[in-house]
Formats: sequence, C-alpha cells, structure tokens
Amino acid sequence: MNWALDEKNYKIHPQKFALYSAFASIIMMFVALTSAYIVRQSAGNWLEFPLPNLFYSSTVVILLSSITLHASFINFKKRNTSMYRTFLVATYVLGLAFLVLQYLGWQAMTDMGVNFTLNPSGDFIYVISGIHAAHILGGIGAMTVALVHAFSLPHVPSPGRILRFELTAHYWHFVGLVWLYLLIFFIIQQ
Amino acid sequence: MANIDVTHEEHSVHDHGHHDDFHDEHHGDKYQSGFITTYIFSMDHKMIAKQFLITGMFWAIIGGLMSLVFRLQLGFPESDMAWLQPILRGWIVVDPATGIGTLDPEFYYALVTMHGTILVFFVLTAGLSGTFSNLLIPLQLGARDMASPFLNMLSYWFFFLAGLVMFASLFLSTGPFSGGWTAYPPLSALPQASSGSGAGMTLWTVSLVLFVVSVLLGGINYITTVLNLRTKGMNMWRMPLTIWAFFVTAILGLLSFPVLASAFFLIMFDRGLGTSFYLSEIFVGGQALDQVGGSPILYQHLFWFLGHPEVYIIILPAMGLVSEVLAVHCRKPIFGYRAMVYSILAIGFLSFIVWAHHMFMSGVNPFISNFFVIFTLIIAVPSAVKVFNWITTMWGGNIRFNAASLFAIGFVSMFISGGLTGIFLGNSAIDIQLHDTYFVVAHFHIVMGIAAFFGMFAGVYHWYPKMFGRFMNDTLGKIHFWITFAGAYLIFWPMHYLGMAGVPRRYYSFTTFDAFAHFEAMNQFITVAAIVVFGAQLLLVVNFFYSMFFGREQKTRNPYGATTLEWTTPIHAGHGNWPGAIPHIHRWAYDYGKDGKEFIPQTTPLAEGEKDEGH
Repeated sequence: MNWALDEKNYKIHPQKFALYSAFASIIMMFVALTSAYIVRQSAGNWLEFPLPNLFYSSTVVILLSSITLHASFINFKKRNTSMYRTFLVATYVLGLAFLVLQYLGWQAMTDMGVNFTLNPSGDFIYVISGIHAAHILGGIGAMTVALVHAFSLPHVPSPGRILRFELTAHYWHFVGLVWLYLLIFFIIQQ
Repeated sequence: MANIDVTHEEHSVHDHGHHDDFHDEHHGDKYQSGFITTYIFSMDHKMIAKQFLITGMFWAIIGGLMSLVFRLQLGFPESDMAWLQPILRGWIVVDPATGIGTLDPEFYYALVTMHGTILVFFVLTAGLSGTFSNLLIPLQLGARDMASPFLNMLSYWFFFLAGLVMFASLFLSTGPFSGGWTAYPPLSALPQASSGSGAGMTLWTVSLVLFVVSVLLGGINYITTVLNLRTKGMNMWRMPLTIWAFFVTAILGLLSFPVLASAFFLIMFDRGLGTSFYLSEIFVGGQALDQVGGSPILYQHLFWFLGHPEVYIIILPAMGLVSEVLAVHCRKPIFGYRAMVYSILAIGFLSFIVWAHHMFMSGVNPFISNFFVIFTLIIAVPSAVKVFNWITTMWGGNIRFNAASLFAIGFVSMFISGGLTGIFLGNSAIDIQLHDTYFVVAHFHIVMGIAAFFGMFAGVYHWYPKMFGRFMNDTLGKIHFWITFAGAYLIFWPMHYLGMAGVPRRYYSFTTFDAFAHFEAMNQFITVAAIVVFGAQLLLVVNFFYSMFFGREQKTRNPYGATTLEWTTPIHAGHGNWPGAIPHIHRWAYDYGKDGKEFIPQTTPLAEGEKDEGH
C-alpha cells in the first residue's frame, strides 16, 4: 500500500476515485468509437446485416456475472467463506464464458459472410467489441488476483482487502455496463 | 532580491500543522533507499518532475535542431548542405558532378512532421504539464505525494518508452513518418503511400499510443490528488491558480486523449488488417486499392477532437505558472482570482466544441462551420479576461524584473499577439484565404508554441530553487529572455505577411513559383533569426546544468516571499515533503500587501475579524 494515503479518513478513497476517473477515460474512448460509427454510417455505402444472437447470450452472461460477483462480495464481508469462494469462481467462469461467446459471435458474423474488411459496418462491430473484449480481459486479470487471494489468504475482511475487492468489482460492473451500452447502441443503429 | 526571514513560517507549520504518523519514515522511506530507487525508478513526485523536465529539454533540443535544418532549406534553398552529411547521412543527396548537397525532399517532410510531433507532445505536453503538475500539485496542496506514486512513476516511464520508440524511428533507412504531425489518412493509413508511411508510421503510432497511456496515468493521478489529498483548510477556492490550471488540463487530457487512441486503433486496423475506416477509392500507381467506403474526414474529426483540447492542454499550465509568477514578483494579489478560475473552466469547456475550426476547408458543411466559428470566437472572451487580469495584476505592482517575471510578462505579450490572429483564422470566410499558409504557422507558433515556452521558462527560473536548492544565474536568464523575446517576434512576425500573400506552408521550396520567389530575402531573414534564437536557448541549457552544481545556494526557505505552501518545506525536502507535521491552510494564496504586511503565508491563521479574500 501507499504510505501517502495511510491513516486518513476520506469521503471517497483516492484509489477508488482514480478508478472512476479511468472510467471517464474509457467512456470517452467508446463514445468516440460509437460516434465514428454514426458519422461513417451516415456517409452511405453501409452494409446492413443482423447481429448474431450469440451477442444477446453473452449479454445475459456478463450481467449474471455481475450479480454473482456482488453475491461474492456480500459473503466476503459476512465472512461466509465457502459462498464467497463459490460465487467468485462462478464469476470467473462466467467472465471466461463471455469471452468465448464473443468469439463465437465473431465467427457467426464471418459465417454470415460479413468477414473482417468487407464493409465498415462489420469492421466497426469487430473492432468495438474487440476493444471491449480487451477490457474484459483486463478484468479477468484482476479477477485472477482476487481468486488467488480468495484461496491463499485467510478470509479477513480488513478495510484494505474490502477496498481491493471493491476496486475489482466496480471495474467489472463497469465493463459489463459498457457492453450493455454497446449492444443497445448496435441494436438502435441497425 | 530580498531574502526574507521565514522563521515565523516554520513556527507556523510547527504550531498549526497536523501530524499524520509520518515521522517514522522521513529519513528515507522504504521506496527510496538506493541510487536506482532515488534517481531512476523514483516514486517521489519531485524527482519525477525533474525527469520529465530533463527529458523534455532533450526533446526540445532535438525538435529545435530539426527546425533549423528545414529553415536552412527554406531560407537558402540553393546552398550547399553537404556539410550536414556526416549527421544526416543519406538524407543529404550530394551531386557527384558538382559536389553540392541538397536535402532530400522526403526527409524535409519527415523533419517537419517530427518537429511538430515532438514539440506538441513530448515537449509542451509531457515536458510542461508533466514537470510542473508533478512538482507543484503535492507541494502547493500540502500532500506527501501523489495519490498513487507508483502510477506516477509508470506515467514517466511510459513517456520515456514513447520517446525511445520515436527516437528509434529517426534511424530507419526509410525515415520517420513524414505525413504531417496530424497524421491524416491516406498518407498515414497506407504503408505504401510514401517512404515514411511504412515502418516510420508504425513506430509513430506505437509511440503515441504509449504516450496516451502516459498522459492518462498522469492525469488520473493529478485529478485524484487535487480532489482528495488537499491539506486541512485547503478548499478549492484557496488553491493557487497553478493548481487550477493543472487540474483542468488533466481533465482535458483524460477526456480527449482516449479519443485520439480510438482514432489510432482504427488507423492501425486500416494499415495492418485491410479494413477501410478511413480509405476509399484510392489508386496507387494506377492500381485501384481494395479498400472502399472509408472516410478520411472521419479521422480528422477524431483527431481534432483531441487536437483542439490539446492546444489548451499546452497553454493552460503555462497560464497557471504565469499567474503565480506574476503575483509573486509584482507583490500583488492576482487581480480577479475567481474570474481567473472561471475563465480556466470556460476555456476548458469550450475547447471541446470548436474542433472543426481546423477543418473549415476540408469539405465540412459551411452551415455547420458557423457553429464552430461562433464557439471559437467566444473563446476570445475568457482569454481576454485572463489577459486583462494579468495586466491589472502588474498595474501599480512593485515589479521585480528577474528572468522568471520577464518571461511571464513576455508570455502575456505573446498570448495577445498570437491570440489576435486567432480571431482572423476562427472566421471560416477569412480562413478560405488564410488556411494552409504561413499565417497559420505564425499564429499557432506564437500563441501556443512561444507562449507556452515562455510560461515554461518562467516556471523553470522561478521554481528552480525548489528543484535543486540553488538559483539559476539571473543575468544569463535576462539575456536569454531578451534574445528569445525579440527573436521570436523576428521569426514569426514576417510569416504573417507571407501568409497573407498566400505562401503555402509545408512546401519544400519556393524557387520555382514566380508568385513567392520574391520572398527569398524574408525567408533568409527568418532563418537567421531562428538560428540566433536557437543559440540563445543553449544559454538556458548551460545555465540549467551549471547552476545545478555551482549556482547561488538557496539560504532561506522562502526566498521570494511567496505565500504558497511549497516554500514551507525544507530546502532539500525528502520524500514526503514535510518532516513531521503537514501545514494547515488558513487563507487564499494571494495575500500580498495586505494590512501593511508585504505578504502573509497561507499557513498564517486569520487575525480576528479578518476576512479570507478567496471567498
């Protein structure tokens, strides 16, 4: 931990605030990409095609994973070790399942004939969902650390560990919501 | 300069500060024990600031030298450049018959591109806000360090890595990227477009993505530190204007750089994977390319959505530094503190809704241009408020003319001169004549190039003792100022005339154009002035490194009689800044000449019945 922050009571912990600032930055990136989508779409020469259903399944999966992660967090604070670990593992599996479903979704698009480089309408979906998947991958990284902690450290909900859990969880909920936004955006723009 | 006794301040911190269990660690903390952790992978914001500054100086010299080479080409297009061959190698083509060396036109474009990229991103973004945000945010707010010293360290090292990649691109046999610092497609999106568009552009993109990471890590830290780690009593309205400027700068960076990253991602896909986000109906060597349906204008929108806030990312920190330096050396409170803060916020907000004024002539709908004209001209209002307030701060002040205050005053002059031409260019109708001419070059060099440099110089001379515990030589500093001040006008003033006569920018040579050939003498004059001004910058470099070891030693904590917190630390402050207690704040940052006292530090409690001016 960082001694510059020790021994103080904050309204909001600086590290949490820093994470939220990073959210602002990530939001701007996806806003830019989706705006580019709109601008490019309005210029014409735009191929219409239906979104693969797998993207709807992956949405359900990522939202479920947020619920299981929250359940894990509650059980972590209640010192209910077995539930805490079970829900965390479930979240991890759901997160990986999301990535697999996205990958299958891209394959479904290719099978449809909408391969990469055919038309910007398809390229945008590949690129935007791909950059989003990279952010999920970052979340999986943080989750891996959380899993290692869950199974190797004694279950003590100290303020430091609660904070760490919260940082991971908030990021995870955030990237899940970003996907929800992207899906709704794709549906509206179709 | 008066040396002011500050023992009462030290007592003040001692009596009124608070302890935060820091005393166990102030003799070198666990993060800073050896040479490597102190000087290289340091997590101390003061050391990171110096790293940013010195790296920025390195790049400023490289970027400046590049401009001299292309200025030589512009001023003396027929002259023999064979003498540059030992350095530039294959980029100087020597005619075997006559022995006369000429600059390869391709390399001329690479030089112009690199000059822009380096100066805008590496020097005036990282070197300016990276240096002073790091140095001053924790010191002026009363924090031990940044919210995350580790991310802060990463921020520097990502910048370093970005620089390394860009530096490597200078040595490619095909040359660095040469399509302009804005990297418009198709030159940037097609590896076969020009020799610099291949490996040069690949390295350029990688470098700038690393740079974006650096800016974001830094920005997150600056914002969090300003909002969360202010010492007791330091509410937002008591913060010095430097902090306000760095704070808004960091917000602008945090919101605009991700957009640039998006633009680069799409360009990478266009280059590497054959997508067509930006490309359409292009013929290379008579052969039509596969890419269909992209829009190069889309890139321009994304680029300038960063690009315009970027110029404020450059100028706002300079404005903050100048405000502080002027108040201290005029011995007067800054005039209209709140108006200054609101104008920083207004400039920050407006910077996001004016980007298309860079695209008036790119085929943007002229009716849409009208909106951008209006918002662009509105920026003149907060800018004029600031200029007015700087001048009124100086008015009737007991001004100390030293290198720092001269550069601050010079900044105001440059900002006015360059700002006025902005009003010309902000009008889409006048822009039809002036776009892509030397008028534009003159405008932005004065208003955000020279002005930002002046702000930076003012900051370096003023806070040098804070960094190294010694003073820079003031006489050398004044000589540096006068040559730079006069020289900068001599370089850029004539360019306005060139631009009004329609001389286009980015041309390799004008000798074959009858309309522009008679400006030869003016171009020679500009080149000579540029060489002299560059030479004067070496005075700063020598002064900087000489004073580090042999400069006049700082004897008292608060040599300028300033009110702000950075002058309450020990002269050689360790990591954590204040041994023992952190000072508390009781008043705003600009109590100069109040109640018969020359200055009252922020740590001095309000007397009975005294009102805090910041409220």
